[in-house]
Formats: sequence, C-alpha cells, structure tokens
Amino acid sequence: MSRRTISLKINGEDRRVEIEDNTLLLDMLRDRLGLKAARDGCSVGACGSCTVLLNGNPISSCLKLASTLPEGAEISTAEGLADGERLDPVQEAFLEEGAFQCAFCTSGMMLAVKALLAENSTPTDEEAKTYLNGHYCRCGSYPEILKAVRRLSGP
Amino acid sequence: MTRESIEWSVVGHDVLRLDGPAKVRGVQRYLADKVFPGALHLALARSTHPHAKILRVDTRAAGGVPGVAAVFTGENLLAVHGVRPCYGPAFRDQPILAFGKVRYAGEPIAAVAAENREAAEEAAALIEAEYEELPHVQNPFEAAQHGAPLLHDSLEPAGAFADLMALKGHPGTNICTHYKQRQGDAEKALAEADHVLEDTYTCPPVSHAHLEPHGAAAWFEPGGRLIVHTTSQTPYFVRGDLAAIFGIALADVRVVVPPLGGSYGGKIYDKLEPLTCLMAKVTSRPVQLHLSREEVFYTSSRHGAATKIWTGIKDGKITARKVEVFYDAGAYAEVGPRIAQKTGSTAPGPYKFPNVSVDAFCVYTNKTPSGPLRGFGVPQLAIAYETHMNKAATILEKDPVALRREYVLEEGDLYSTGSPVTSIGLRACLDSVSRVVEKTSENRPAPTLGPGLTQEKHIARGRGIALGFKSVISPTISNAIVELNSDGSAIVRSATVEMGQGATTAFAQIAAEELGLDVNKVHVTTPDTDQSPYDTLTAGSRSTYHMGNAVIGAARQIREKLLETASEALEIPSEEFELREGRVFSRSLPERAIAIPEIFLKRFGAPGTTLTGEGTFQGHAVKADPETGQTPRMTEHWFAGASGAEVEVDTETGFVKVTRLVSSADVGRAINPRHCVEQVQGAAAMTLGFALFESMRIEDGRLVNGSFLEYPLTAFEDMPREFITDIVENPLESGPYGARGVGETGTMALKPAIVNAIHDAVDIWLKDMPVTPEKVLRAMREASGAAPGKEASGAAPDGEGPK
Repeated sequence: MSRRTISLKINGEDRRVEIEDNTLLLDMLRDRLGLKAARDGCSVGACGSCTVLLNGNPISSCLKLASTLPEGAEISTAEGLADGERLDPVQEAFLEEGAFQCAFCTSGMMLAVKALLAENSTPTDEEAKTYLNGHYCRCGSYPEILKAVRRLSGP
Repeated sequence: MTRESIEWSVVGHDVLRLDGPAKVRGVQRYLADKVFPGALHLALARSTHPHAKILRVDTRAAGGVPGVAAVFTGENLLAVHGVRPCYGPAFRDQPILAFGKVRYAGEPIAAVAAENREAAEEAAALIEAEYEELPHVQNPFEAAQHGAPLLHDSLEPAGAFADLMALKGHPGTNICTHYKQRQGDAEKALAEADHVLEDTYTCPPVSHAHLEPHGAAAWFEPGGRLIVHTTSQTPYFVRGDLAAIFGIALADVRVVVPPLGGSYGGKIYDKLEPLTCLMAKVTSRPVQLHLSREEVFYTSSRHGAATKIWTGIKDGKITARKVEVFYDAGAYAEVGPRIAQKTGSTAPGPYKFPNVSVDAFCVYTNKTPSGPLRGFGVPQLAIAYETHMNKAATILEKDPVALRREYVLEEGDLYSTGSPVTSIGLRACLDSVSRVVEKTSENRPAPTLGPGLTQEKHIARGRGIALGFKSVISPTISNAIVELNSDGSAIVRSATVEMGQGATTAFAQIAAEELGLDVNKVHVTTPDTDQSPYDTLTAGSRSTYHMGNAVIGAARQIREKLLETASEALEIPSEEFELREGRVFSRSLPERAIAIPEIFLKRFGAPGTTLTGEGTFQGHAVKADPETGQTPRMTEHWFAGASGAEVEVDTETGFVKVTRLVSSADVGRAINPRHCVEQVQGAAAMTLGFALFESMRIEDGRLVNGSFLEYPLTAFEDMPREFITDIVENPLESGPYGARGVGETGTMALKPAIVNAIHDAVDIWLKDMPVTPEKVLRAMREASGAAPGKEASGAAPDGEGPK
C-alpha cells in the first residue's frame, strides 16, 4: 500500500490530499476533508446517497478509488452548491417544493438533478425519472423531487 | 375547507421545514457525520449458521492485528461482573453477544475494537468459530407447532412497559405471545354459514431500508457517567435499559440522538447501544460502531406473517370473522408481543361483525429479529381482511365499496373488543378513494404500452380499493418544556426524534401559535436525555398527538404568566387578551398592547431571563381480558386510511404496473398540510415496494439478498403515473388543534387494494406477497386449468406460509 498526494479542485478550491492507493473517494471527502454531505447508504453504488460530480458528471463516490482520479479533477459536493448565504437554484427548488424528508439522500439527489439539467434543460417527467432512477428516497419524496425538477427546467 | 379560512395563523399552514436549510446545504449532521475524538472503531463477527451451539470462538489471530485494542466474545461477556448480559423491551431474550448458541445467521458472536475501521474489520474477519449445527425453523406457522426446533428454553419478561407487564411466554414452544379476542360464537356461526371463505395470506420479512444505517458511539466519563450518541427512536428506553444493564443510576446515563436519516421503526428499543457501551466499558475508551448495509439486514426487519382468515356468510349477511395470525418474530422478540396483542386486536378489520374470533401469535424463528415497520403489523392483517371483503362481495353479488359501507365502523359503534369507536374517519376515507376510483372508470386513460408491447391485448386493467385501521399505542407519556426568551424567541425541549417526519416543525408551529410567535424564532431541540424531558418513544404515529398536546400544555403555562403581567401593566382583565405577533393586546381595544420584551421587563425588572412552562400528556387504555380481549377502552384513539389502485397486468409476462394510486388518510386536523400529504404519500411509495417486489429471501436459513444490488427499493420509475393523496380532516377532540398522527396510515390498505385490482383485471386471487410476475403468471395458469393439482400459492423457496 503506498501513500501519495493528489491535486484536485474540490468545490472550486485547489486542494492537495494525501491518500492511499485503496482510499475511496467517499472516505477521502468525509474523513480527510471533513466534507460530510456525501453519505454511505449501501457501499455498492446502488442508492445514490454518495453521489458527487466528477467534472460535472455524477458518480458513486463509494465505488471510486481516489487514486484513479485524473490530476486536477473537479469534484463537486453539496457543500459547494451555495455561494455563501445565497443558495443554488437547485437548493432553493428542493427547499420550496419540500423535496426531502429525512434528507439522507438529498445531497446526492440535488447533484444528480444538476447533472440532469446540464444535459437536458427541459426534461419531461419520464426523462427525469429515468435519469434519477438510481437515486433512492426511502421517505418517498419522489413527486416533490420531480416538482423541483419542473421548477428548474426551462430555457 | 380552504386553508385561507382557517382560524390559526401558524398551525394549519404549509410552513417550510425548519431544518430544511441545513438539509439542502448538506450540513445536517447525522450520527456518522460526527467526530468522536479518540474513539475506537468496532467491527463484529457474525454467525454463519441459523441455529447452532457455539463450541469455540478463536480470537487469537484477530488479537494480533496491529491496532486492535480488544476482541470480545459472548463467553467474555458472561465473565464480566455487574453487566446484565441480555436485553429486550418485552422479554430479556437477546444477548449482547451470542453465548451458548446462535439463533440466526448474522447474529453477532464477537466484537473487535481497534484504532481504525480497517484494522477492526480485518480482525473481525479473522475470528473463527466452531459450531454444532442444530435443526432450524424459518416458517412461523411451523415454528408454532409442538416439536419444532426450540429457540429459547425460558423467557424473562422485561417489565419495561405497562402493556407488556403480564407477558409470560409459552414455555416449551416458540410462541412468545398469544393474544385472544372473542365476541359471540364465531365457530358456531361458521358451522351454520351458507358460505365459508377460508384463505391463508403470507407476507415475507422486509427491510426498513432506512438509507442511514444504524450507528452508535459511547464512552464512560471519569466519574462513571455513560454518554451515548445513537440512532434511536427511543432515547428514554435506551437510557433506562443501559442503566439496568450496567447497574448505574438513570441520571448517570446520557443518551443523545441526532436527526435520523430515516427509520420507519428500524431503530427502535436497543439495537447497537448495549454492545457499544459494553465495548466502551471493556476498553475504557470511547468507541463507535457504524453498520454496513448488509449488517442492517441482520439487525431488524418487518415481521413476516402467515394470516389465516375465515369469513362466514349466511342469508346474505356476513355473520362470522375468524383470524389466526402468526407473526414471525425472528430470533428475538423485540416488540413483537405488543404487535400480536395490540395489532392482533384489529385483525377482524374495521367492521361490525356479530361473531368474531382472533388468535394472534408472535412466534420465534431462526432469522433476523423483527420489529415494527410503519404500520405495526397492520398491513399483514389488512391483506387478509380486505381481500376477503372483495371475495365476500363476489359471493353476495354486491359492489365491494357498497359492502364495506354496510359494515364499516362508525362513530359510537362498539368494536368486537367491546371498546367504543370514537372519531374514526373510515367512511370518509372510503368515500374519498372510491370517488377517485369510480371517476377513473368513467374516464379511463388510454394505456401506454411498455417497450416491446405492441398489442393492447396483452394488457389487462383493473381497479381495487381497500380500507385499513389502527389504534394508537396506549398508554404512553410525553413531556415537553417550553422556554420563552425576552426577545420573543423560544426553545421547545422535546425528546421526540426527528427522522424526516417533520415533528420538530410541527411542534414549533404549535408553540408559535400558542404564544403568538414567529415560527422561525422557535427552536425545537433534538433528544438529549440530559436536556429533554421524558417521552415514551417516537413511533406508532403518536408524536403529533401526544407531544403536541404536551407542547400546548407547556406553552399555556407561559401564556398565563404573560397575560398575568400584561393584565397588571395595562389594567385590563386577562381574559380580554390575545397573543399575536409577539405582543399581547386587548381584543376590544387593539391599541392597548404590550410586546413580549416589555412584559419581561415589567415582570422581572431586567431582561435576559426566561419564562418556563412544562406540559405532560398521557394516553390511556384499559387492559383487555386475556381470554376474550374485551376492554372498555382499548386505545387512546384510532387511525383510518384507505387506498385505491388501478393496475395494468401484462398477461404475457405477469408484470404488474400500478398506474394510479390513491391514498386517503384521516389526519384529524393537519398541523402542516403539506407534511401530512408527504407522510401519507411516502408511506404509500414504500409500501408499493412491499407489494410488488421487496422480500428478504431466506435460503437454507440464510439471507441471500442482503444488499441493495439484490434487494431493490421503490424507485422513481415505480411511481404510478397518477399518485394522489387525499387528506381527510375529521377533527379529533382530544388532539392538539384536532390533530392525530399520520405516519403509518398510507401503508395499511395498499397491498389489498393492489391485489383486488389484479383480481379485477385478470380474475385471480393472489395470497402471497409480494405479487411478483412469477406468482401472477402461475396463478393465471392455474386459473385457466393449465396446471391442475398445483396449489394456488406462490410461496418462496423456503416456504413463507403454512403448507
């Protein structure tokens, strides 16, 4: 097992992080950087609670070895969404539409919604359901999440 | 009623969740997000056998892993002086670590404490155990028979709850509870009936699957106080049991519970706490334990059940209802005895039948211990009594909705327990779902065909409805403290656990309404037994009602003090006053007002102090006769709910798609209407998975799908095209602002609504949950006579139902 230091851009900030070869991105964020918004719900990439954006694309951070990240890769977590006091539109939409209950899934869900809208700014409900299907909300806030997507979609 | 017309300024309005901003910022701290400085990590070794004598547990290799501080087994546990080795809310039947024998595959047999998680996990994997296998039993019906492999030689009642004081168990059997209800003579009425319907319905164990796994951290302070942070719905039960387990005073145990990432009954009573605290004691260090998803499957599940039901029909009337239900407790009883007693009492269904007989058993089997899951055993009964209502309607040639209207319990009726039924909105819920389903029939949407389906003829559509009801857990107690600050902000101290249901927002609304405050200036604490007064538990849809009433009581004490001082200051009698927008003012002379800060100055001569109020609310029930279940008051109040489903059945693949789902629930009065809708809808979304595909599959006594890769949950694409939730408001006189709880009502009737809809579509009666495509196809084949002689049952390989 070897240690090394990698350079990443995390929530817009250049960071150098010491990792081992087998450090998972999720553990790196949570344990090394104290960024706790990505959460471990299943450890097999099936629930979406650990989703972060890698260069804008949603990935399961519980399956991603940090050592395989390209140098300088951009990682976005839910902590980086707001600009100080000002919430990101996806956060506003989730808040206003009540798109969560316990909110364990919310960080991953919001990032997935951002990625969806970056790919398709006007998704139909069916398109949104298909895109988000890998994200579980056990509290069952799916209709409100779709309302949040509708609120955000548009040219 | 329109929201604009309601008389309150905060209660009854769609206030946004007060914890919402932290949640969308990703900074809500769940247990696993907290840092416990210096804490060792725990990892567990678990049994690989469903039932076996433990011959030897070899921990030598584990102890040699660098960073390991302690390795501890059940044998070691027995050698620790002054620690009670077993726990449980009904019976003290569950060992902190298995000793002597294991009773399910996945049961913890040893714990490792190490400096980091990797070392703990590596060491736990090196623990080797030798076993002598014993015969095991998985089916609750078989386990209840004499001669079945016996899990427990003797049972020690826990004596922790008033309603579970009289438990004794049934020595020599696996039955830990047998609840009986008798009214009239059901056997005679069945013998004399023109038609007797008799069926057995089975539900497999399913997982709560709260996305946040269980976790706990604990340490002993130098003075001997035990500090525990845990994911629990029952901080005060945990405090009491830990004090008893470790022989210390209640005041020397502090239980802190952060907001939970879902729970639904899965984090109740003792889960990880006894073991975590034991390891803190053994190592004299802080320790923390965070379960993996697989381990969550080994920690709790919903009771599987086999429900046998008989319905007698004579001269065009339903004359008898008999039910025998076998709740599958798994290896340890947890709160199963209460489910058998309390929920067993509702087994006949929400109807007036003259002759009733119920036998509800809670039975040990060799699997993961079962616990309550959103509905407390009601859905396992409703599948039987609501499918039978439709079967009876077929025989009686009546419309299923009309038949229900004929028998449904209404205000003032006596239930078959002899208890009067009060404030029960069953008919309103029935009307609500039947209206929507009937409207569908005039106006059916054109079907959309799935991929690969080109011909309409493969799709059969049907509709079904069902009712459900439940009694609130009684007796229980809630206490609340409200502290008003001189600036018009307030703190509500409550031990209700926030797990996504929105309890904290509801209590803030209630306190704000009572004291005329800005709801955003009310802070509701999360449970900390050093700070929040006693509450029995957060479960069973009881918090809005019980804790809500306690908050009102506390706030009204403060209100009296405010009015007293305002009355002196303004020289106006206090009955003339109203509190609104942080001011006390006279109703007749609105210009005569005094703001809260001024009242504090008048009262105390200085700012900075607080006004404190304390509220207590206790629900009541009268213990039932053990032979007949008769009682003048079986519960504090009732819950009613109904579901309506429209399904499309693919007759070639057996795939069932729920295209329209209507849920209706009587919430009394909604404190926060939007949150009520979310609760009912969320309960329905979860239950959809239990109806269609979720099942903890046991093969050869072992769970074979303990991962989200093999145990899927309801996801976006499972959502019905139309997903409608209708809140019925039938005020409950004793409720806070007329409110009752709402967390479970959406779960009760959904499965039978779907089964009834499938019958409407393809003329088959399914009896084994979940209704997978294989079961649908098999039943259709059998109905068409293609497979004569085969039983119309889709029992899972291990046999979830009686043969």
